[in-house]
Amino acid sequence: MSKDNQVLEEITSKEYEHGWTSNIEMESAPKGLNEDIVRFISAKKNEPDWLLEWRLKAYRHWTTMKEPKWPNVTYPEINYQDVIYYAAPKQKAKPKSLEEVDPELLKTFEKLGISLTEQKRLTGIAVDAVLDSVSVATTFKEKLGELGIIFCSFSEAVQEHPELVKKYLGSVVPMNDNYFAALNSAVFSDGSFCYIPKGVRCPMELSTYFRINAANTGQFERTLIVADEGSYVSYLEGCTAPQRDENQLHAAVVEIYAMKDAHVKYSTVQNWYPGDKDGKGGIYNFVTKRALCAGNHSKVSWTQVETGSSITWKYPSCILKGDYSSGEFYSVAVTNNYQQADTGTKMIHIGKHTKSRIVSKGISAGRSQNSYRGQVHVLKRAESARNFSQCDSLLMGDQCGAHTFPYIDVENNSAKVEHEATTSKIGEDQIFYCLQRGIDEESAVALIVNGYAKEVLNQLPMEFAVEAQKLLALTLEGSVG
Amino acid sequence: MNTVVETTPILSDILGSLKPEPGLKTDAFNSLEKMGLPSNKSEEYKFTPITRALEKNFNFANSNPQSELNTIDKFAIADVDAHTLVFVNGIFSETLSRYNQTDLQIKPITGLEPGFGTLADYKTDALVAWNTAAWSSGFSIEVNPNTTVNKPVVFHYIHDTTKAEVKSFIRNIIRVGKSSNLTIIEKQDTVGEQPGFSNIVTEGFVEENAALSLFSLQADNGKRFHFGQTAIMQAHSSRVNSFTLTLDGKLIRNNLQLILDGEGIESHMNGLYILHGDTIADNHTVVDHRKPNSNSNELYKGVMEDNSKGIFNGKIYVRPDAQKTNAFQSNRNILLSDGATVNTKPQLEIWADDVKCSHGCTTGQLDEEALFYLQTRGIRKETARAMMLYAFAGEVLNTIAIEPLKNYVDALISERLHKNF
Repeated sequence: MSKDNQVLEEITSKEYEHGWTSNIEMESAPKGLNEDIVRFISAKKNEPDWLLEWRLKAYRHWTTMKEPKWPNVTYPEINYQDVIYYAAPKQKAKPKSLEEVDPELLKTFEKLGISLTEQKRLTGIAVDAVLDSVSVATTFKEKLGELGIIFCSFSEAVQEHPELVKKYLGSVVPMNDNYFAALNSAVFSDGSFCYIPKGVRCPMELSTYFRINAANTGQFERTLIVADEGSYVSYLEGCTAPQRDENQLHAAVVEIYAMKDAHVKYSTVQNWYPGDKDGKGGIYNFVTKRALCAGNHSKVSWTQVETGSSITWKYPSCILKGDYSSGEFYSVAVTNNYQQADTGTKMIHIGKHTKSRIVSKGISAGRSQNSYRGQVHVLKRAESARNFSQCDSLLMGDQCGAHTFPYIDVENNSAKVEHEATTSKIGEDQIFYCLQRGIDEESAVALIVNGYAKEVLNQLPMEFAVEAQKLLALTLEGSVG
Repeated sequence: MNTVVETTPILSDILGSLKPEPGLKTDAFNSLEKMGLPSNKSEEYKFTPITRALEKNFNFANSNPQSELNTIDKFAIADVDAHTLVFVNGIFSETLSRYNQTDLQIKPITGLEPGFGTLADYKTDALVAWNTAAWSSGFSIEVNPNTTVNKPVVFHYIHDTTKAEVKSFIRNIIRVGKSSNLTIIEKQDTVGEQPGFSNIVTEGFVEENAALSLFSLQADNGKRFHFGQTAIMQAHSSRVNSFTLTLDGKLIRNNLQLILDGEGIESHMNGLYILHGDTIADNHTVVDHRKPNSNSNELYKGVMEDNSKGIFNGKIYVRPDAQKTNAFQSNRNILLSDGATVNTKPQLEIWADDVKCSHGCTTGQLDEEALFYLQTRGIRKETARAMMLYAFAGEVLNTIAIEPLKNYVDALISERLHKNF
């Protein structure tokens, strides 16, 4: 018995696994934000003038904007002048191959389980790793290049494919879209760029791995995915950060542009440092993600597993512009301790016969607050639009909260829109059944939660699904009883 | 609430027309001055352009015209024997009213009643603030403990706009004593072609083991602009049933708020809105579970035709103490025409874990297959359509327990749906 307790103790006190920092020489901009910093970042990246102008325009617009107060989260005022907007691992020259990359850096990613060096061994996933603000390595580039797929860091894309970047940057999330998107547009330092040519089915999962390492920095990356006619890509995103007492800001933008018959699948496992059990530290995750289904019969599906961040503010959305286009949103958001999440989606039906499906599963434990906020908007010309939304909340413990704010706006009389939401706790009978079969309470909860989230986890690619399942169990440890 | 303050001419007209006495009226006046009328950016009035509508249709510097109305028989609810309190253009009409005080006390409102101003919050809602600063008449209805009131009380709000536009501000307070019961019916009607604006705030206290039924019938085919706030505080084991019917009007906004401040409470909120023309009907409901072991159930259904717009916002709060709460909410809409819109926002905010809460919301059309089935049986398409809509409305209609009232509402709905089977 005592041994059991010991094991239990060990597991429940298990804290954030990725909380270490690596000792990499960094180069960073001074604290604060002004036009000079924007110019500094742009110059660092050796960017063309149009991009600098674009950034400055975004910055000037940002200064006129107010931070949004409507999300159902509370946090102390952010001092935007106290953040370092650019930090990059110091490199003497641009590495030509992986052998030249700083070994410390490679070690960092190995610790995270991302093998940049093992690209010969077929892991089947092409990775673009972003440390702090800069993309450090992209794997499988050549193989993808054979198919005409462009998968590289954003700065590289700016240099090598400026016409594509110029055409699509800001086409889905304009630089003045919202407060955090404008901030990102002004200071984004890197990110991933991906272009799938006409009719190409990307043979492997593309993946970006984000990690914040340096203290006091904000991470502002930008992902742009362009899927040309009839193409298919599945894209994965993972994130971690070291354990620090102060809060760090992460304001990313993801844009997806899907043309006729294109299909994009975007999956995220978000595991930023959530703060300790007293709510100290953690990442503010203020992210704008949006997809434009521009062409007919295009399809975008978002899958997210949100377990980290002290505050999450994120609404991966789909603008269904093409006729017969469809959007999907599958989400599991878990909050524990003092975490706060306000997440959901927007499905804007513009084209005829557009379809959308929303499945959102919220799980709150400890003293956390978990909100679903979503909008389904059927515009006047969106004939025969169809939406189904389901958002369920599971409450564990009597100190947490679950909230749902769905907006349903229908302007077309041929639309069919359904929404349902439930809130409940794990049934005592379910727990009892498991106990009776010799499954202890902790495992029983993990089992039930996994079952509850199955519908969403099933949407994830295999490798991610396993990780996500483990993460779920880990996040909820210690929340029973 | 994020009200964006704009000093509009309408606001200065309104403020200029008010001469509040010191006390609560002045506080509310100041609050209104500070908040301003809701703009389209304000979350609570996002889809209801009430300020613009008032600006376009009213001049608040003018006072109400005199009315020569001497009969209201055509508006009466047949076969319902009731205490009837009639207001014409915001002023109580002794001659048109019919009531006695055998089971209950009916007194003109003074503003000094215990609990006055405690439920309807003039600090957060500009229209409540306006009412609190501007009310000119209304009643305090009180039922002693252990009393069964057999006759319902009818509040009949009539606008006589034959000469000019009308603005009315009415304030009521209701108190149902322990183990007593009371039924209230609110009805709006208009004589004349000019627009009318009514702002009516009712606060109610339902004590232990008491029951209150509230009916609101809004089938006013005049140019009615209406804001109504009804806030009810429920004590242990009390029951509240509400039914709101909206068939007509220009812009109707109903705020209904139930505070469940006790255990073993039952609350039922039902609503039906069948809209045509350019009517905008907005139902905002709040159910606030504060204590454990209570049940609430909400069902709102809407049919929108022509260019009408239906808005529904249902909030359910379950506070940390309110364990073992059951709260259900359902909102279903049918859009019949190209120009019709619906904006709905069912909202759950839950801070207790041992609860069962759900909401459901649908928007769609009449089922083509069912329609076809009826047609294959030799039923004309129009009749089939009316049958299906009538059945859709029937679920809410059947919650009315008072037979003559149900028949009256049934007749109104049947007329609207051109039911002739």
